[in-house]
Amino acid sequence: MSILVQAAALPAVLPAVLQAKSSGPDWPTLDDFFPPDFIGGGGLLPLNRVGLVRLVAIIILAVLLILGARSLKVVPTRASGIFEYCVNFVKKQIADEILGEEAGRRYLPLIATIFFTVLALNITGVIPFFNVSSNGVVAMPLVLAIIAWVAFIVAGIRAHGAGHYFKAALFPAGAPKLLYIILTPIEFISTFVLRPFTLTIRLMANMISGHFLLAAFYVMTEYLLLHAAAALKGVAVVSFAAVIAFTAFEIFVAALQAYIFALLTSVYISLALEEH
Amino acid sequence: MDILAAVSGNIATIGYGIAAIGPGIGIGLLVAKTQEATARQPEVSGLLRANMFIGAALVEALGLIGLVAGFLFK
Repeated sequence: MSILVQAAALPAVLPAVLQAKSSGPDWPTLDDFFPPDFIGGGGLLPLNRVGLVRLVAIIILAVLLILGARSLKVVPTRASGIFEYCVNFVKKQIADEILGEEAGRRYLPLIATIFFTVLALNITGVIPFFNVSSNGVVAMPLVLAIIAWVAFIVAGIRAHGAGHYFKAALFPAGAPKLLYIILTPIEFISTFVLRPFTLTIRLMANMISGHFLLAAFYVMTEYLLLHAAAALKGVAVVSFAAVIAFTAFEIFVAALQAYIFALLTSVYISLALEEH
Repeated sequence: MDILAAVSGNIATIGYGIAAIGPGIGIGLLVAKTQEATARQPEVSGLLRANMFIGAALVEALGLIGLVAGFLFK
């Protein structure tokens, strides 16, 4: 096993490693996302490895954002230039592009919070010794999706009033009366059930598959190099090249998923604002 | 009847392969059409790109549900 994967999954796979070293590589499993608790097991506030990674990532993010916001000047230094570029990207490419200048300014704090939280928690999947993204456990994407869900419903209610908003969302204007028997359940499910569900699944499944992809190539490299027949050792070079390529790809996916989550949140808010 | 060929393991493992076909075609169409539209009208490329990602996110969700289903229904 490579040292990186060992750090990620040691408690979960150690028994399996001791029993069956010769049978093949130790492929990553879902257990990587559910390591045993090391504080308060079974209690009210248990903390396992994934939870600790999440905590550290959020603390680092908070410190970076506070430092970035404090060092704002007319002529930015290089570090605060990066910070300004990121915030500007969220403002220009997501909030203003979808919601327009006025509503974009109002919802920028929410959208930027979602963007940076998802990005910080995703990127831990490729950082050595963290090696797991806490968005791979359903809890975190679900919380973020519920925040987005509440945000767009509240936006609609504030803009049009509760009665008008739900009437416009569930009974689309212009359809024949009889059609509402089919249309209303479809609109209800697609707007109020499937939106948070797909937000959750998209983020979680991306992080799980990313972890499997990376860990599979790590263990394959290690296995080919140390345990496979001599003729196969050369293939380890190919497998290690794949590790590097997919690490770069996962950095791209981490940013892309943060972008998509923030983008869809603002699209849902903008649809709720425009309903009439 | 004699068995000619046999597969051991779980048939759920090929589920994701099948689930990836549709979204693969979908994302291909999306990106191709966006490229075409951007070539015709480069001045609206920002909006086109945002719309492409929204569409891609909706299409991609189907493939990812296939991935999750493989773990759920073992």
